[in-house]
Amino acid sequence: MKINSLADLESVKSKALAASAAMEKTVIVCGGTGCLSYGSAELASALERKIKDRKLNAKVMLKMSGCHGFCERGPIVVIEPDKIYYQRVGRRDKEKAAEELVETTLVQGKVVESFLYSDPVTKERMIDYYKIPFYAKQKRIALRNSGHINPADIDDYIATGGYAALVKALAMKPEAVIEEIKKSNLRGRGGGGYPTGRKWESTRKAEGPVKYIICNGDEGDPGAFMDRSIMEGDPHTVLEGMVIAAYAIAKGKAPAHGFIYVRHEYPLAVKNLTKAIEQAREHGLLGKNILNSGFDFDLRINRGGGAFVCGESSALMRSLEGRVGEPRAKYVHATEKGLWDQPTNLNNVETYACLPEIIVKGADWFASIGTKGSKGTKVFSLVGKVNNTGLVEVPMGIPLREIVFDIGGGIRKGKKFKAVQTGGPSGGVIPDSMIDLPVDFDELTRVGSMMGSGGLIVMDEEDCMVDVAYYFVKFLEEESCGKCVPCREGLRRMRQIFDRITTGNGNPDDMVMLEELCTAMKLGSLCGLGQTAANPVMSTINYFRSEYEAHIKDKKCPAGVCKALIAYMIDPESCTGCQLCVKNCPSGAIKGVKKKPHTIDKEICIKCGVCYDVCKFDSVKRK
Amino acid sequence: MQAKVNLKLVDEVIKSWGADPAFLIPMMQDIQAQYNYLPRPALNRLQEKLNIPLTRVSEVATFYKTFSLKPKGKYIIQVCTGTACHLRGAPRIADSFMRELGIEVNGTTKNGLFTLSTVNCLGACALAPVVKVNEDVHGQVSSDKVKKIIEAYAARKK
Repeated sequence: MKINSLADLESVKSKALAASAAMEKTVIVCGGTGCLSYGSAELASALERKIKDRKLNAKVMLKMSGCHGFCERGPIVVIEPDKIYYQRVGRRDKEKAAEELVETTLVQGKVVESFLYSDPVTKERMIDYYKIPFYAKQKRIALRNSGHINPADIDDYIATGGYAALVKALAMKPEAVIEEIKKSNLRGRGGGGYPTGRKWESTRKAEGPVKYIICNGDEGDPGAFMDRSIMEGDPHTVLEGMVIAAYAIAKGKAPAHGFIYVRHEYPLAVKNLTKAIEQAREHGLLGKNILNSGFDFDLRINRGGGAFVCGESSALMRSLEGRVGEPRAKYVHATEKGLWDQPTNLNNVETYACLPEIIVKGADWFASIGTKGSKGTKVFSLVGKVNNTGLVEVPMGIPLREIVFDIGGGIRKGKKFKAVQTGGPSGGVIPDSMIDLPVDFDELTRVGSMMGSGGLIVMDEEDCMVDVAYYFVKFLEEESCGKCVPCREGLRRMRQIFDRITTGNGNPDDMVMLEELCTAMKLGSLCGLGQTAANPVMSTINYFRSEYEAHIKDKKCPAGVCKALIAYMIDPESCTGCQLCVKNCPSGAIKGVKKKPHTIDKEICIKCGVCYDVCKFDSVKRK
Repeated sequence: MQAKVNLKLVDEVIKSWGADPAFLIPMMQDIQAQYNYLPRPALNRLQEKLNIPLTRVSEVATFYKTFSLKPKGKYIIQVCTGTACHLRGAPRIADSFMRELGIEVNGTTKNGLFTLSTVNCLGACALAPVVKVNEDVHGQVSSDKVKKIIEAYAARKK
């Protein structure tokens, strides 16, 4: 059915709402990548069968949603309207879990205790979705629908108010839409933080026979997956944001075309977006004469080729042209000469996802959230050594402590918090002494890191900061496109220095050389990849200098990570003699009899770490 | 093992993208989806039909990580080495796969069953460390589980 007006949209919305109101309960099974890997698809089909067996079809609606964010607790099932939050449902036995859920909750109306979330500290079991600390402190704008709606059903999106922003925007003048976005102070969520409204204005002003609107879904930062979740869980919000952008930017007779550049590693995102595009076209929300307004805009999906540098806007455009993804100098603005040298607007997935809410609720509402320089919210992927890992969306300016300790539930296994790494390979580490830092664009840059796309990787006392810097240098060396010398050669030299330091062959001059290389790369590199490549190195040197010195002078890795500098040993006090490590050791280096402390023969040990992984009593030590 | 290339199929792929060199990357993705790698005769055909130099084809084929010029195994093991996985022991997982399979990263076992590769991030960081075998995602892998994963796929063959 084509939607031609606000009235049409309202009628689809009320029909969808009436259909769900006719149901007593809605069972929402998470179908995000995390939960799927725990078998949520099988769980959903088991539930479907049981619901049918118990003849509950007329009363219970079952749907698969996108990501809830709390991936570690998967599979997640939510029962509405009761807001019951079930986690780790049927990890072992899907049939049994489905049976229990249907019988206890859907038939008898009681909660299944064993599926409830229990607080890692207080052990208290919680029922209500929104009271769980992981969710309680979040404020969701970009993720507002993820986990609640079925991404494969446009009606579900419309029922939550979807496409109302598009109707509103198309009734405004394009200039007024741009003004509204400028007033909201929305800054690009992809990493750079450039004001979105200003970018739109420049692209609108630029003359050209055609204008391009690109969505950057090439989320390359390792340790970050917010864009994946949005594309998978709420694809229509991305499309709606893009159509609004296209409308604001198009001028006169110049047509506008759109591209969504999705990372190769995200097949589910491609699938859900493809479906969403088809539905939007059928409903007259994409294509010719959108909403009967006379405005035309269509878009297509391009899959990336697995090159990190293509997350950089000019490299991404070269890739869309079917070429090698090499960036070009930034004095040529993409807003004037971008894709095929035409005016091009490129925003990130999360930026587009924020737009519909800004249009509906107004710029003032959005600008009332956050800090002076950074408005609204930001999605972070909270991962690493925290108890609660997953996706969180928080207001800008929230203290880092609240993210790590309140939402994240503190450090795993009671270890000591050491640092947080933000901004991926372009960012830096923030030490524990700065745990009260308010998190926004400017503060993160001030302490030598950056917002980046929103990876927030928590590290504990067992993480070596030299190894972290080494990791990013190796990553970037491999991903550098090789076009400019400072980046290509600088990274190679840095990697060689780290090769030495981490194997106990470092010398005191190495740190001076690292700092010099950092400066040279910052000044001389062509694109953001090279210019910011120094951040992980500089920030670890600044905040953890003694750790570098320990590697270089004492030939020791205090955190017990760098393989060449450590030895594995077994603590005789805590070893129970369970033989698990003996059985698993691939080189036969562990000796010992049952119920007596075991020992590792250093001559035979290949330092593979299997014993460390299998030991249930934390008795294997690295020193 | 080198695949036998059906040039008709390659022509169809080229046609489906309107023989426009701007779509060189998606064309190559479609070809690779068929053969698991980019066979040389298919690349020659691309060059011929799109009327572009072979250097441009090979430049793209070697720049992007997803493309392979060598045939891959039946099961492609991707060990995620993203930051979250790295901290939770991904290097130990990759080492274990190398040891158990007797191949290096980007190598293929002699029986053509497994290809081992590493990937920058699969975006399943909350489940770190993550390993993907073809389309299956395995979360919270530890080095002692590596052998079991390999055995499970090896047994499927029979």
